[in-house]
Parts: sequence; C-alpha cells; structure tokens
Amino acid sequence: MSAGSGSRNTNTEPWGSFDDNLIQGGGGGGGGGSAVIDMENMDDTSGSSFEDMGEMHQRMKEEEEVAAEAAATEDDNAEDGEFLGMKGLKGQLGRQVADEVWQAGKRQASRAFNLYANIDILRPYFDVEPVQVRSRLIESMIPVRMINFPQKIAGELYGPLMLVFTLVAILLHGMKTSGTVIREGTLMGTAIGTCFGYWLGVSSLIYFLAYLVNAQITMLQMLSLLGYGLFGHCAVLFITYNIHFHFLFYVLWLLVGGLSTLRMVAALLSRTVGQTPRLLLCGTLSLLHMLFLLYLHFAYHKIVEGLLVSLEGPNLAPIQRVARDVPDLILNTTRRSLGASMMVHWGSTEGPLGVH
Amino acid sequence: MAAADDASRPFAGLSDVSISEDIPVEGDISVPVGSSRRDDEYSTLDEPVKETILRDLRAVGNKFIHVLYPKRSSALLRDWDLWGPLLLCVTLALLLQGGAADTDDQGGPQFAEVFVIIWFGSIIITLNSKLLGGTISFFQSLCVLGYCIMPLTVAMAVCRIVLIGGSGTVSFAVRLVVVTASFGWSTFASTAFLADSQPANRKALVVYPVFLFYFVIGWMILTFSPSQ
Repeated sequence: MSAGSGSRNTNTEPWGSFDDNLIQGGGGGGGGGSAVIDMENMDDTSGSSFEDMGEMHQRMKEEEEVAAEAAATEDDNAEDGEFLGMKGLKGQLGRQVADEVWQAGKRQASRAFNLYANIDILRPYFDVEPVQVRSRLIESMIPVRMINFPQKIAGELYGPLMLVFTLVAILLHGMKTSGTVIREGTLMGTAIGTCFGYWLGVSSLIYFLAYLVNAQITMLQMLSLLGYGLFGHCAVLFITYNIHFHFLFYVLWLLVGGLSTLRMVAALLSRTVGQTPRLLLCGTLSLLHMLFLLYLHFAYHKIVEGLLVSLEGPNLAPIQRVARDVPDLILNTTRRSLGASMMVHWGSTEGPLGVH
Repeated sequence: MAAADDASRPFAGLSDVSISEDIPVEGDISVPVGSSRRDDEYSTLDEPVKETILRDLRAVGNKFIHVLYPKRSSALLRDWDLWGPLLLCVTLALLLQGGAADTDDQGGPQFAEVFVIIWFGSIIITLNSKLLGGTISFFQSLCVLGYCIMPLTVAMAVCRIVLIGGSGTVSFAVRLVVVTASFGWSTFASTAFLADSQPANRKALVVYPVFLFYFVIGWMILTFSPSQ
C-alpha cells in the first residue's frame, strides 16, 4: 500500500512515519483541518489502532490527490482509483479522481493532436517559389553525371504532391477513354489508390532498402525524388492516352522514362557506397519505375484488346492488334467512349476482366 | 418675485394635479431603440420559419450572383456558408448519374464519386493554400470553391439538354465549347477570391490545384454519355 502512496513516501513500512506526518502536517494542502488531525495522530505513536492508521492513510491519500499535479501519469491515478474503490466513485473523492483523470486525458489528447495533426509541421516543405518548381521539373529529366559526391536533392513536397494529383487526373482520363469497368469501387478511388500507393509505397521501400545498405538519404528526399520522377510518367501518359500508337509509346517509354529513371538512379548512386548496395538500390528503383509506366499504359488498353480478342476469336495475339490502332489518330473521344461503352456492355456479361 | 412666478408658471398647473387611487396608472414605458433590434438578430427563434428560410436563401442567392460576376469583393468570404456548395454538389452528382456503361453497376458509385471528388478536392486545395501561407480560413475556402462550381453545374444541365438532341460530332463540339467556357469561368471566379489571400509571388502555386480540380470536374461532365 505504501508503494501506491506515490513518490513522497520513501519508507517501506506499512504505516506512515513521523517524518511524513510532519511534512504533511506542515505543508498539508488540504487545509488546516488535516494538519490538526495529523498532529493529533502524532501523539498516538505506537500506531496500534488500525482504524486510526487507516484514516491517516486515507487522509494522506486525499492530500496527495488534491495536491498532485495532473501531469502525473495515469498509472498513479488508476492505482489510487483501485485503492479508493472502497469509497466508491460517488463520493467527492471519486469525483475528484475522475475529474483529474479527465484533465490528464484531455491534456494528453490535445498534446498528441497538436503534435501530429498540426498542419504547421508540413509548412516548411511547402515553402517554394513557382520558379523553383519549374526548374526542378525540368531538372528531373536531366541526369547528372557526378556520382562521387552526394548530389543535392530538394526536400519539398509541393511539386511531388501536385504531380501525383496530375497523374491521377491523367489516369482518370485514360480509364474513361478505354472504358474501364470497375466492379467494386470507383474509378476515382482506383486512380488515387494506384498513384498514391505507388508514390508512398515505393518511396518507403527504397528508403527501407537505403536504410539497410546505409545510404545517405532521408525519407523526405526520397519522396521528393520519386515524386519529381513522376513528371516523365505524366508526360508520356498524357501523350499516349490520346495518341494510341504502340510504337510511339515504346519509344517514349525508353526515352522519357529512361531519362527520369537515370536521374533518380544517379542521385541514389552518389549517396551509396559499395557495389552490391548500389546494384540493389538502383536496380530495384529502375525496375519498379519503368514497370509502373508500362503497367499504367497497358492496364487499360488490355481491357479493350481483351474484349476484341474474345469477340473475334483467339487466333490473334493482343500485341498484333497494334495495326488496328494506327488509323485512330484522331482525337475523337466521343466515338471512342461510345464504342468502348458498347464493347464494355457486352463484355460485362463475361465477367470482370480488368478489375483491380 | 416675478422671476419666481415665471419660474413656477410652467409648473403652475401641476399643483392641481392629483392622482386618485381609483384610476390605475398604466402605459407603455418601452423605448424603441436599436438595442431591441439587436436582440431580435440574436434570438431568431421567434420568427416564422418562412423568414428564416428566405433569409438563408437570399444569402445563398446573393453569393450566386457574386460568382456570376466575379469582382474582388469580400461578400463571399465574410459570411461564408456551405448551403450553396451542398446544393450544387448534389445537383451535379444527380445530373451525372445514370451515364455511361451499366447503370446498375455505376449508378451508385458515380454519385459517391462526384461527392468525394468535390469535397476531398476542396479540402486538399484548402490545405495546400494554407500551407503556402494563405490567410483565408478553412471554411471560407471551402465556401468559395463550392460556389464556383456553379458554372460547371449550369454547363452540365446544358450538356444534358444537348445530348437529348443526339450525340454526334456537332453536339460534341457544342458541349466542348460550353464546358471549356464554364471551366475557365469557374477557375477565374475562384481565383478572384482566393488569390488575394496569398503572397504575391505564389499565386500560381495556388491556382494550379484549382485549375486541376475544375479540370477533372469539367472532364467528367464532358465525357458523360447517357446510358443507351
């Protein structure tokens, strides 16, 4: 029981010592009444009367409750609550305990809220000028050859965030023109999930690998690097969702995708030491980055192609449908969406083909 | 003596006045001053419901007019309300429903899609403008962005009417022109209200997400095709 009395009691005896009585009597926060009572109990030095001792303990507890800072941990309060269970929560003591538990909880909750939900945490990462954003966008396509000295990576989040949203918009456009049917979920949800999932997920993965191989890059820098690397993806997809020319897509994939990947790889190489770590890190990043562009382009074409194949017989491989797309160089989205909607209408009876 | 007489003459008749206890003294001591009117503004519980609704409708209509003729006024910002955005959002979502492929599959999600896009997008734009150092408050920004969807809603109604007549190239051209015009109008209107609250050199950073937001909505309107 004395253990539950808090920090003031340093003795291990089951009853309070004379020092404690003196201290509490002198500085009793509960008012003069408790001091008088403590003085009375001081005369009873043998501590033989259990009821008196019990009362003294209770009063010590009360004084501690009243005088205690609410910043004390809730463990103390919980223990005290248990100890005071015999008094019940309906007494004034119970109310005080409940009140202090509430105050402590509220204080902790508001502290946590101010810490995590405070928008000002992100403010320094949005401190950019339009000129800087533009120059960084252009630089994301230009690989820097210096890999012996760590390259400078800007740690900002405005550009990457806007690029991810732009990619979402372009993806939505691509989904609509290819007539994607999403069974469970929405087009918007899928687009947002894909783009944000890629940005956050791959950044985290590369950061984790970088942490394993001891590369000098922070999470913010990784997010920023990968975000700006999506600029190439946005450009390629914007062009090829409107001009369905597979050969053009492959050229752009290698050229633009390759350039932005090289830029990211060079930045990572400059910050990693050792052959194997460099291979691991840069290989993973380039693979994922290039494959993502491939996936974004073909995931929504495949649906249309798959439907065509199933309708016209299985002897034609999907890749040979390239020739069909050549005349469709005109930007007639109404015709395309009407045609796609007709095909999708037939295709829906066969089950979901490209649901993800 | 004469002065005393003069002095007492105005009150001369008063000495005769006596108030008998039979006649009760009654009257109205209320002083009609502006303070009572201020009390009325605070306690609107007693007014008839029609007045309350009309007052709110008038406020909403006033803001619609401000969107139609966007000038740099602070009326939209000062008394913000979210009735207008809710009305517009629901109207737009209802108009966009029942389009494209399978109505049984995509009827529901389309309403939810539009709702989520509008509100989620508005919240993101507001957070972005606050992070860039804007002085506008959260709900004021939501109010402005919501009200500026009005041209796009009007364009959606026009598109639906045009689509009744047929969905050929001509109708597509007409719809493209209408949607582009209303998209430009929406962006311009919201910029007129939002850009003032930003530091001068960062206006472009705030305008771009707004542009993207209305572009996505405009794109949804343009690619809307009624079910066959």
